[in-house]
Amino acid sequence: MAYVSLILGRVGKAVIVLLAILVFNFFLIHAAPGDPAAVMAGEAGATDQQFLDDLRERFGLDQPLPVQLWRYMSGVLQLDFGYSYRQQMPVLDLILDRLPATLLLTGAAFCISLLFGIIAGTLAAMRAKRPSGSIIMGLALLFYATPLYWVAMMAVLVFSVTLDWLPAYGYSTVGADYTGLAHVGDVAVHLMLPALTLGLFFMAVYTRMTRTSMLSVSQQDFVKTARAKGLAPGVIQRRHILRNALLPIITLAGLQAGQMVGGAVLTETVFAWPGIGRLMYEALMQRDYNLLLGIFFFCALLVILFNMLTDVIYRLADPRIKQGAT
Amino acid sequence: MSEPTRESGAPLLRIERLSLALPEGADRLYAVDNVSYDLKAGEILCVVGESGSGKSMTANALMGLLPTGVHVAKGRALFDGQDVLAMDELSHRALRGRRIGMIFQEPMTALNPLMRVGEQIAEVFEAHGLLTPRARRERALALLEEVRLPDPTSALRAYPFELSGGQRQRVMIAMALALEPELLIADEPTTALDVTTQAQILHLVKDLQARRGMAVMFITHDFGVVAEIADRVCVMREGKIVEMGEAREVLDHPRHDYTRALIDAIPADVVAAVGRPADTVAAVGRPAGVVAAVERPGDAIPPPRDGTDSTPLLSVSGLDKVYRSSGGWFQPKREVVALDGIGFSLGKGETLGIVGESGSGKSTLGRCIVGLNRPDSGEIRLDGVDLSALEGRALRAHRRRIQMVFQDPYASLNPRIRVGMAIAQGPIANGVPKAEALAQARTLLATVGLDGGAAERYPHEFSGGQRQRIGIARALALNPELIVADEAVSALDVSIQAQVLKLLDDLKQKLDLSLLFITHDLRVAAQICDRLIVMQKGRIVEHGSAREIFTSPQHPYTRELLEAIPGRREAPATATAGVL
Repeated sequence: MAYVSLILGRVGKAVIVLLAILVFNFFLIHAAPGDPAAVMAGEAGATDQQFLDDLRERFGLDQPLPVQLWRYMSGVLQLDFGYSYRQQMPVLDLILDRLPATLLLTGAAFCISLLFGIIAGTLAAMRAKRPSGSIIMGLALLFYATPLYWVAMMAVLVFSVTLDWLPAYGYSTVGADYTGLAHVGDVAVHLMLPALTLGLFFMAVYTRMTRTSMLSVSQQDFVKTARAKGLAPGVIQRRHILRNALLPIITLAGLQAGQMVGGAVLTETVFAWPGIGRLMYEALMQRDYNLLLGIFFFCALLVILFNMLTDVIYRLADPRIKQGAT
Repeated sequence: MSEPTRESGAPLLRIERLSLALPEGADRLYAVDNVSYDLKAGEILCVVGESGSGKSMTANALMGLLPTGVHVAKGRALFDGQDVLAMDELSHRALRGRRIGMIFQEPMTALNPLMRVGEQIAEVFEAHGLLTPRARRERALALLEEVRLPDPTSALRAYPFELSGGQRQRVMIAMALALEPELLIADEPTTALDVTTQAQILHLVKDLQARRGMAVMFITHDFGVVAEIADRVCVMREGKIVEMGEAREVLDHPRHDYTRALIDAIPADVVAAVGRPADTVAAVGRPAGVVAAVERPGDAIPPPRDGTDSTPLLSVSGLDKVYRSSGGWFQPKREVVALDGIGFSLGKGETLGIVGESGSGKSTLGRCIVGLNRPDSGEIRLDGVDLSALEGRALRAHRRRIQMVFQDPYASLNPRIRVGMAIAQGPIANGVPKAEALAQARTLLATVGLDGGAAERYPHEFSGGQRQRIGIARALALNPELIVADEAVSALDVSIQAQVLKLLDDLKQKLDLSLLFITHDLRVAAQICDRLIVMQKGRIVEHGSAREIFTSPQHPYTRELLEAIPGRREAPATATAGVL
């Protein structure tokens, strides 16, 4: 019961935050110089003021800002995010079309980084005083410090161009029209390079954090208790040290998960991945207000959703956090 | 005293000329230096010493739990004929938990916070590949019953944070006893507990020991505990055994000065200790050469100290404080009543003790008086001015007059600020020029018994006792009229405790201070307080002169507290008489 009311409370707060973000983004975008009409007119080579005014009237850009805001907000409340005049499609359709690819990419990168980061960090902590531990930490530092786009280009160079193991770009093989399992396999192969590239940085972060956290937990009294029981070292590491060391990792993973939609612009561009990141980049260059606002909204929505999810997971992982104590 | 159950007469544990080397750069070469002793089956041996005496080190070596850097230099530890220190990891692990069990000092941190109590007990069987999961749970339940945990069935499913300190220690004991070990090592298991809980746990350990006939190595700093449970005693100081023998013999006729001093720190009869800081202990706690230099007081009966001023310096009335945790939009609020209609007064030059166990509200009271917490209602009058009604500038002007000495000498000094500056900051904030304040800080350091050079050093360069002296100097820097000492000596060893108490008492006389002394330890209160207030659950249950309270306690809770003091009934009067 307390659990349900907690979730309800969170949802209430989330709705307020989302509305505030909408208003804030709206004004922020309109504060930037230039508007879609100017960009379109420029592309059409027309400098005619009459043509510009016509465009603005068509898009409703001639109305005062508060009126535009009101129209936009009332649209959003009916799940109408407006129309992208650049792409000649409703914003919602555009986003929903691209969302799965992005979620697939960032989700895969998230799982890879979390899984391998924790494993590497655990190994590094258990071998803290041996060369193998230092090697793991050295690699982690390297991945942490290397720019993402460089890793991406090198990965393409090595695995696609030289070795020809993996495709260099795209979501699936163009024109192959695979179905069923063959399609899944095709996408998985295409996914591999971008997901690994995107995951490397956070993998390094998790490795470092898991190691530090485990080493500090291993100093605690209950680890001594576990050893006094005669437990085997492996069990102590897994059950007593790692379990406690994971708590700060959950917090960090929640933050990373929140960035899943907007965080892959660079990777999507390099690998020509048809996701939200590239859509956002294009919308930005073309002053596609409605589309940009729509993407911002979805980003915010996901951040809030993952924050709530993190809270729930944290409560499951740590019994000490009671509903009242926030 | 229980009889050894082994007929062969061979000791269960024999420590032979054991030396444990400390890492380089430590203040001495060996944590434990050439130590030998035996422990027979069915016997309780108390290893007694102050912090740094190396008393826990042998036990840790037995369990393979030595801190990094400490290693066995020479000697053997024969457990049932086998040298534990020479064993390979696998056979050592088979011994741990199964034949040797161990319980630790800090029940709050010794259990894994994320695992249910039942799982943690069952784990002991699992570690040694015994029983089925179902049978493990049943045994865990039986063990929780055996250590007399209230409601063992739900405790099995509880997480450690849902249990109190005493309950957690019972869980630890259940865990250590799960496989019926022949040897139980108890490393200061009652030090972190309230006095009444301590008495219960001691009783439990003794009871279980007698029932199971196991050997117990009980490590403690407290001779009261020794008097309560020990068959034999081994007194350690700076890594060496200074005295060893039958408990009764050592308690009645201590041969070494150090032992005598430790025993004296624990008044067998609290009444005898009223108004008498244990000066003799103060002397012995220092390096041997200094002992003679410290004057000892005469044998005279302490002068009555109730002749205080009739006009109170501090008067408190109707003080209430409730802690509320606001739960957010839909959560119920939780309330903890910390103070409930507290009223008392404190005369000029008087020492008032506030005694209670954890959760009694005594610290909240201290914090309200100093102005760190705001009471919900009630008055705190200092010389007639109601402090609780003041705000801003007016409050700051009065704050100077009440200063506080905190419990933890380590955490209460900023590690990155030199000691002189730490003391001078108060006066500087009150408008004293910096140079003058720093000079004054040096004088104050001398007053509390530290040399002037201390001002230039950082807190980590001082021992716990020295830091507490710095804390006192800091409180004195603002020329207060009232000092609130919140558990000011609780974190210190008994010998250091006595020194600091003596210092407080001297300063009080010299500077005409009033002292509000908050403590959970009746023995400490007995040494320094003129009057006492006993608190329980936010209320004052009894108050009166220290003598009255110790000789004829009226409230059942006070009687319970007095009863619970370890060693109170058993230690013979001669132990104290021998010193006086």
